[in-house]
Amino acid sequence: MHMEVMTVTEPLFRLAPGVVFLPVVGILLNLFLGERWNEKVVGWIASLATVGAFGVAVALAVGLTRHPEGAVVPLLTWIHIGDFRVDWVFRVDTLSVVMMLVVAGVGALIHIYSIGYMHEDVRHQGDPRRFRRFFVFLNLFIAAMMILVSANNFLMLFVGWEGVGLCSYLLIGFWFEKGAGGIGNALAAKKAFVVNRIGDFGLLIALFLIFANFGTLDFEAVFRQAPQLAQVAPGILTAITLFMLLGVTGKSAQIPLYVWLPDAMAGPTPVSALIHAATMVTAGVYLVARSQALYIEVPLAQSTVTWVGGLTALLAATIALGQYDIKRVLAYSTISQLGFMVAAVGMGAAVAGMFHLVTHAFFKALLFLSAGSVILGMERGHESGHHHQVEIDVQDMRFMGGLRQRMPVTFWVYLIGALALAGVAPLAGFFSKDEILAAASAKFPAVFGLLLFSALLTALYMGRQLALVFFGEPRSEAAEKATESAPIVTVPLIVLAVLSVLGGLINLPGSYALEHWLEHTLHTVEAIPFQVSIAASSLAVALAGLGLAWWLYGRRPLPSPRETDPLARVLDGVYHALERKWWVDEIYHALVVRPYHGLAHVLAQVVDLGFIDGIVNGIGYVARRLALWWRQWQNGYVRSYALSIVVGVVLIVAYLLLR
Amino acid sequence: MILGINGLIGLIALPLVGFVILLFIPSEAKKALRWVALLTSLATFVVALGVLAQFQVGNPNLQMVVRQPWVRIGDVTIEFYLGVDGLSLLMVLLTAFLTPIAILSTWSAVEERVKGFMLFFLLLESGMLGVFLALDLVLFYIFWEFTLVPMIFLIGVWGGERRVYAAVKFFLFTMVGSVLMLLGILYLGLQTRTFAWDALLQQRGVFAAAQLWLFLAFGLAFAIKVPMFPLHTWLPDAHVEAPTAGSVILAGVLLKMGAYGFLRFNLPLFPQATLQLAPWMAGLAVVGILYGAAVAYAQQDVKKLVAYSSVSHLGFVMLGTFALTAQGLAGAVLQMVNHGLSTGALFLIVGMLYERRHTRQMSAFGGIWKIMPVLGALSLVVTLSSLGLPGLNGFVGELTILLGAFRSTVLGSPWFAGVATVGVILAAVYLLTMFEKVFLGPVRHEENRTLPDLNAREVLTLVPILVLIFWIGLYPQPFLNLINPSAEQLVALVQSVALAAH
Amino acid sequence: MPLVYYLGLSAFMFTIGILAVVLRRNPLVVFMGLELMFNAANLAFVAFAAFHKVLDGEIFVFFVITTAAAEVAIGLALIVAIFRTKHSIDLDQMSQLKG
Repeated sequence: MHMEVMTVTEPLFRLAPGVVFLPVVGILLNLFLGERWNEKVVGWIASLATVGAFGVAVALAVGLTRHPEGAVVPLLTWIHIGDFRVDWVFRVDTLSVVMMLVVAGVGALIHIYSIGYMHEDVRHQGDPRRFRRFFVFLNLFIAAMMILVSANNFLMLFVGWEGVGLCSYLLIGFWFEKGAGGIGNALAAKKAFVVNRIGDFGLLIALFLIFANFGTLDFEAVFRQAPQLAQVAPGILTAITLFMLLGVTGKSAQIPLYVWLPDAMAGPTPVSALIHAATMVTAGVYLVARSQALYIEVPLAQSTVTWVGGLTALLAATIALGQYDIKRVLAYSTISQLGFMVAAVGMGAAVAGMFHLVTHAFFKALLFLSAGSVILGMERGHESGHHHQVEIDVQDMRFMGGLRQRMPVTFWVYLIGALALAGVAPLAGFFSKDEILAAASAKFPAVFGLLLFSALLTALYMGRQLALVFFGEPRSEAAEKATESAPIVTVPLIVLAVLSVLGGLINLPGSYALEHWLEHTLHTVEAIPFQVSIAASSLAVALAGLGLAWWLYGRRPLPSPRETDPLARVLDGVYHALERKWWVDEIYHALVVRPYHGLAHVLAQVVDLGFIDGIVNGIGYVARRLALWWRQWQNGYVRSYALSIVVGVVLIVAYLLLR
Repeated sequence: MILGINGLIGLIALPLVGFVILLFIPSEAKKALRWVALLTSLATFVVALGVLAQFQVGNPNLQMVVRQPWVRIGDVTIEFYLGVDGLSLLMVLLTAFLTPIAILSTWSAVEERVKGFMLFFLLLESGMLGVFLALDLVLFYIFWEFTLVPMIFLIGVWGGERRVYAAVKFFLFTMVGSVLMLLGILYLGLQTRTFAWDALLQQRGVFAAAQLWLFLAFGLAFAIKVPMFPLHTWLPDAHVEAPTAGSVILAGVLLKMGAYGFLRFNLPLFPQATLQLAPWMAGLAVVGILYGAAVAYAQQDVKKLVAYSSVSHLGFVMLGTFALTAQGLAGAVLQMVNHGLSTGALFLIVGMLYERRHTRQMSAFGGIWKIMPVLGALSLVVTLSSLGLPGLNGFVGELTILLGAFRSTVLGSPWFAGVATVGVILAAVYLLTMFEKVFLGPVRHEENRTLPDLNAREVLTLVPILVLIFWIGLYPQPFLNLINPSAEQLVALVQSVALAAH
Repeated sequence: MPLVYYLGLSAFMFTIGILAVVLRRNPLVVFMGLELMFNAANLAFVAFAAFHKVLDGEIFVFFVITTAAAEVAIGLALIVAIFRTKHSIDLDQMSQLKG
């Protein structure tokens, strides 16, 4: 191997590969030895692997305080053909380590939570043997996500990028025999993977363009040359950034590729929390933040990304209002919040985007895990009730109500998460959302309007959810008999709740710790001054949204599951559109899925079997017909053969004589 | 030299030795027949590893050459001329690797006429190795046709219901191409008074005027074998009817003979025509990628689906070949190996399902992962490898091919690679649909509930392939180091003609 | 007598032989036609031999007669064999040699 000698200044940085290899060790242990172990051992090995990765990330962060310039830690040459060379190289810098801390930190909490959650879930779903598989997948996800964030080149990032997509596929389809018609979960998983692949297609093309024009895929080298290319061929840089955006819309669930994320809620709840809220879906945000050097050269790309983010934030927030499934509301909320982040990194406010990414990871993971606790509580209530033969959807908020008294811990942490999400000061979400709004008001006033309105809707749908789930009277026997979850479930919730309260501290106006931290990597960071007017308006819309929710849902709680949603009475037909998610799935089905299905069948039946094979068989047929015709000469009568011999002899003799 | 015999001769001769031994074993002794065949192919694999050990990495030229005058006709000598370089070494290894696996897969699948089956199989192995090693055109042609015979019988005797139709179709398709290639070979021999590859290479000027026709004559034979769109329709029929082991070898090795033919003969011998036709060939390759993927999606029969996926995958190989860049060519060779591994494994899996249920219709399955967790997990990895998931082998090949094609000056446009990349999406669509219909969802058929999971032998057939799938995916450099020098030399050779032309 | 008389008779015999072979359905008549053709050839051989004053023609005729005898023997045996299986010696019944 011809590895150029690189000096890693800080000994702690040498640990970097550990963030990937510790989870891999967890996978291998559980995969090959886990069969004989009981659930506790399996769960704790997986959790410890992730905790170990978190420890490594902390060590790297400590190293960065001493050497903030970071380092690249080479491992192995991966692909080297001619002038194309890509290595397995780990990048330690302030940006990647922030992501590692979030992934491993939130990941570790969710691993521990899952030990309790999956213990109940595998029994409820009726296949306890799958407990081990879950933790193998979860560790695989951590490993893939770590590859993604620790990559030093676009290709290694792509490995992680698709790797987390795979884990998403596997975990959405974890109960692959369940869901609508028994196949619903499997279809949701497939949809997630295929839609993500469409995004990955964009990312691949961006990758090819980068290599074709920069001659390398290494971050440093590409970013260094970006201003040059912007001078020479701005069109190509625009193409690179926009194709990359397609990848981002896939992974981070933005318009037009967000449709997979709501369906992804088919996965077990810890998965929704870890992959489909806190970490994986933020990969797109990370990618744009990482590639700031490219985006700032292309104003067109910047505004496109910002608008995509802003519109997604609004669209998803509207749809969230019309959902009844507790997890689906959160899913659309995630899409909406990702829109905030994408808009932020699009407009160049990368720090604001990353800040929201971190705080969102805390409070959205908290919300999902609490929702999981609610679902477990409902399931327990359902099974202990008299009518547990009657199938009800334990995730449907219309069957809940009054859980405040029955699940007090879950209620309080949920309340904290919801308020943080709504952007109520001084919880984490307030500060990060405020920074995004401040940046938007300075650069994209129209998008600022979109985002502010989305913030209002955010507060409204979270208020609606709180009211439907926790307040009023129970609307089903399951809710009536629901009980609080065990400490292994609630303790991680409390930790996350604390983080959701205090998360704002990492980039408090005045200290701007995260900004100074990321400055070392994102050289283009512009400070966004704290504006009291923006903060006040952001807080005002949050409170207004919550107030509106109380006025609609809190004053007179929904009496029974059959009742029309109070908002539907106000919005009427529009609400139906929200319930049906603006028919986007149906439109895609009609425009993409059905035509491709039809085309494939036409190609298979008409073109392949009919035309191409038809020609082949046609040639065979013609040859056969000719043979059948010629064989009539062979009539079997000896005398006619004799005659033809005579004729032949005569002709030959005649030729010889007459020539 | 291995035990005083040139390894390449050993490679071709060893299966024939096994063949002779098999002749003396009575047909009833099925166990002995199987073991002798397996051990022979394993010994051949060991010899192949010996060849690998002697191979000088970094040397782009032919190595371990065996060269003997063989037949003299007038002033033209046909030589017994064998050699190995970076283009053929991996093919040889792949052949020697897949044959024992294929034989092991017949353990319980082939109960009728075991002796004949094993005899043909060893003949086939010898022929395939000969194709990859032969450097004299006549010798190459003999081995080329030699592989046809055992394969026809494997399909026609041990095949499914329409086996005769499939066997005849396979035979006729191949013959049409071969005849033209034979004409091309004779023309070359008459013009240059030699059939040896290196002598022809030096005398390229002699037949330069007829390059285009020669390219087409050779190209047709190879394109049918690959198969390139629209010459592919024999493949689904042959695969559907062939026994599992036949499918494994057909997809794993026989198709590669076509792609290898392009690399070994068309590119270096007819560089001008190659440059001229490269955009057309690449265009057909891209159409094949998308077309194969779309048609695969519409199939109900798993084996047909996998067969059409081969059309799509081999499209990538051809695209890389005619990109005529170092990345494209090396990627193409690696992708040939990758396809042999992942598609071979897919056929093994289909065979395992077929042995249990005696059907290949996807509608007869569903929820198999729940019943056969080991098979489910292994199939998942193989499926993912086939759809090019990064970290597994398929990705490395596809990526390097697309990257090479994207900035190929010969193709002159990134559109070829750009459109081909859509194939990456479509691959996910049809392969995940297949996985969903067979392995996911609820168990829809009561008779599926009692299917036994894989036994140790079946796991043993898949595990070696899986190891390579991960190895090539995570650390392909040792393989690329074998390919690179020869691939780069070939690119330089063709490109130098392009420069000379300008 | 001039040579042409012999050759004329030979040609005449040969034509009758051909017609017999081609037109008749009875194998015995066909055989006779064959014999006629043989003998037409023999006649021509002998005539040429006498005309050129060489022995070659006569020697050839011996061979032909021998071969003809053998041929008739085999032919008759075939006819007998066919009659045994088919109970008929009509040549048109023996049309299995068709494509």
